[in-house]
Amino acid sequence: MSKELTLAEVIELLNNVEVEALEGVTFEGDIEIEIDESVMNFREEANKLIESRFAVGTVNEWTTAIEEVTIGATPANGGSRGHAVTVGGEKALPYYFDSEMKNPTCVVAIDVFDMPIQLAKSVRTSYEDVMESPSDWAKKVVSEYHADMIALHLISTDPKRKDASASEASKTVEDVLQAVDVPIIISGSGTHKKDPEVLEKAAEVSEGERCLIASANPDNDYERVAAAANKYGHVLLSWTQLEINAQKELNRKLIKHCGVSRDRIVMDPTTAALGYGLDYAYSNVERIRLAGLTGDKELNFPTLSVSSNAWNAREAWMISSPLKEDSNWGEREHRGLIWEAATGFALALAGCELFMMMHPGSAQLLKKITRMLGGSINEEKTDLSNWITKLII
Amino acid sequence: MKLNSPLQVYKYLPKINCGKCGEKTCMAFASRLVDRSKKIEDCQILLQDKEKFLQLAELLAPEIREITAGVGDRKVRIGGDDVLHRHQLTFFNPTVLAYDVWDTMEEVALIERVKKISEFKKFYVGHYLKLDMIAVRSTGESAAKFKSCVEKVTEVSTLPVMLCSFDPTVLKAGLEVCADKKPVLYAATKDNWEQVSKLALEYHVPVVLFSEGDLDSLKTLAVSFNRLGINDIILDPGTYPEGAQLKSTFENFIKLRRAGIKESQKEIAYPIMAAPITAWMIDNDPTPTSYLEAALASIFMIKYADIMLLHSIEPHALLSEVYMRETMYTDPRTPLKVDSGVYKIGNPTKDSPVITTSNFALTYYTVESDLSSGRIDCYLASVNTDGIGVEAAVAGRQFTAAKIKETFDEAGFDFKEKTSHNTIILPGLAARLQGDLEDVMGIKVLIGPVDSNQIPGWMDKNWL
Repeated sequence: MSKELTLAEVIELLNNVEVEALEGVTFEGDIEIEIDESVMNFREEANKLIESRFAVGTVNEWTTAIEEVTIGATPANGGSRGHAVTVGGEKALPYYFDSEMKNPTCVVAIDVFDMPIQLAKSVRTSYEDVMESPSDWAKKVVSEYHADMIALHLISTDPKRKDASASEASKTVEDVLQAVDVPIIISGSGTHKKDPEVLEKAAEVSEGERCLIASANPDNDYERVAAAANKYGHVLLSWTQLEINAQKELNRKLIKHCGVSRDRIVMDPTTAALGYGLDYAYSNVERIRLAGLTGDKELNFPTLSVSSNAWNAREAWMISSPLKEDSNWGEREHRGLIWEAATGFALALAGCELFMMMHPGSAQLLKKITRMLGGSINEEKTDLSNWITKLII
Repeated sequence: MKLNSPLQVYKYLPKINCGKCGEKTCMAFASRLVDRSKKIEDCQILLQDKEKFLQLAELLAPEIREITAGVGDRKVRIGGDDVLHRHQLTFFNPTVLAYDVWDTMEEVALIERVKKISEFKKFYVGHYLKLDMIAVRSTGESAAKFKSCVEKVTEVSTLPVMLCSFDPTVLKAGLEVCADKKPVLYAATKDNWEQVSKLALEYHVPVVLFSEGDLDSLKTLAVSFNRLGINDIILDPGTYPEGAQLKSTFENFIKLRRAGIKESQKEIAYPIMAAPITAWMIDNDPTPTSYLEAALASIFMIKYADIMLLHSIEPHALLSEVYMRETMYTDPRTPLKVDSGVYKIGNPTKDSPVITTSNFALTYYTVESDLSSGRIDCYLASVNTDGIGVEAAVAGRQFTAAKIKETFDEAGFDFKEKTSHNTIILPGLAARLQGDLEDVMGIKVLIGPVDSNQIPGWMDKNWL
């Protein structure tokens, strides 16, 4: 035998391969048995616990803080927002004890569309009365649903919808800025050809408000979008689709070629819904965040999750399962709410600090839990001793 | 595991390339051992060399101990992880989901609940997602009551059980009727550890160690149990359902797993248990409490719970729980796609429709199951989109007219010969490819619905 084994090690080895007993085995040669003091004590004191202390280190590799980015400008900073939102600044994974979370780690923007849109029933009920007016819609999400920000989607500019002009759409931007004083995200219709023009105009009419312009992406004229964001003093959303290298490349181009300053970039590496690619989205964001923390200066930016994509999942909106083999799916009102929140939880723990959401209940649940994880809610304490018999069921 | 390159593992193998393990070479087998897709027991030569076998077994053992509970088909493995982040390898052994019943339930209600838990299933990417375990909770009335409840549960269901009580006499009563089914004991504490450790030893069952938010005493228990020869241990650091206590719970989970994996602190490298069920200590309003419980389940599924104790069996909670578990435990090394090609659904004839979709497994299986359950005989073409869903693949040009043509060409599918209608149906989300596809394939192109669940209705209107 090349290695000396203690008896305990032999037993451990056998246990590992689920050998419970050896038959017909004899030990030959000298057997040295060292009995150390602690074993002696143990024999004497089998009725006493072996007091131990638990300790664990912090992660040394996390050397680099995520950039701090401020969205929204108050009058003191040349805008008209009632407050600004700053995210980033942390030097650890979300809610980890290795470093303090410097800024709010979960800021929720609720979606507002500039024209009526088809929505899942459980979302629609919250907005039915305001769908015709983006200003009223914005007011409602702020006053009733306590959105930290709003995300205004200029979908009317989509050639397949109303094909509204950039100037028509920018009128809505002005109206919404008047209607609410929270910071806003301005998003195009997702039409790569038209968005740069629409966003340029929207950036112009909101000059100085430090909005988040969504988005620059590899498939649109991101140079033009970036130039508009720079010129009118906004923050830029850098959007790629589930690919860390594409994200890195786009960020690099925005910084190096388009002159976007580091404190004005937010990333959206794409959120896929729970059950529909969330595993990719989660690991992609987690890898991006870990790369940023360990010193990749092309990836250490705050990150946004479009958690409202959860509503693409049929489990979120469908009234019941189309498959008769499935167990009952229950009430879709509850299912959808949890689906969007759960999608948000995964991204919140992976490294996102900004969220676009739709269901007020989901937004509330995500904020409540993340605020607890951030340590900012202190309720009554729960006593877990004898919890088994103390449930209120 | 202590070895992480195939070359290191190769040194311990027979190096004769006998192929009995199913791999062509010992080196290939070594790589499979490192990525944990094969077990050393698969090497018959090594099995004969006990010393080397045990040595390698020790070196390949996962950082977090893997334990089993239950017997038969529904036996579960708990723990066994090697990494802190799933992209670094994969997470092993999906979080075991245990749902409670309690010993004061009326028999009818008890049986109904046990059946619901045991029979729950949700179709997902070619298989069914299910629940794993039934936790029988003592309400403290009597050991006899607990015993008969456990007896009933194990009579009705083959799922593994967890026996929950802090009273050793109650646990013993439960063990007496189900020890052969390898239940999990919940729980040993600083107060009852002596008796519970004896039960774990006597009945050879895994045991949960519980300490309310205090990792020093949790480690004290783990070290003490280990010294007594008990290694099938699960750690419950206490799950506080709200407030700053929730933050400390979250931190405890991270600390334990970091100590086990990053720092190789063997004495604490055991599976961890979360108990979102404690949400029901602070409220019992069913809907908001089920939301809170499901939220806690999400959080601890993502951060390291290997086994989880829950209460609500409302479908909205169950669905999100089994989906989140799938999200975290899907192997990121395996692309989620099916082979591209043209598949028969049911018994298609010349008049049957030809439907297209992407080769993203999730999309493909969703469409396939909608067609099957709608009893639609047809051809379903899975186009090679590199495993990307239809909408994204249209935007990213992985789903194009040329790609669709390629799929049919490679499958040798001739529309003139196989169909009487020379027509193809595109997913609603790929409507913009219609013109292109007509040009490229010279066939009639119809635009189907956006969601495949609407195909049966769409067929009634558009397909005669």
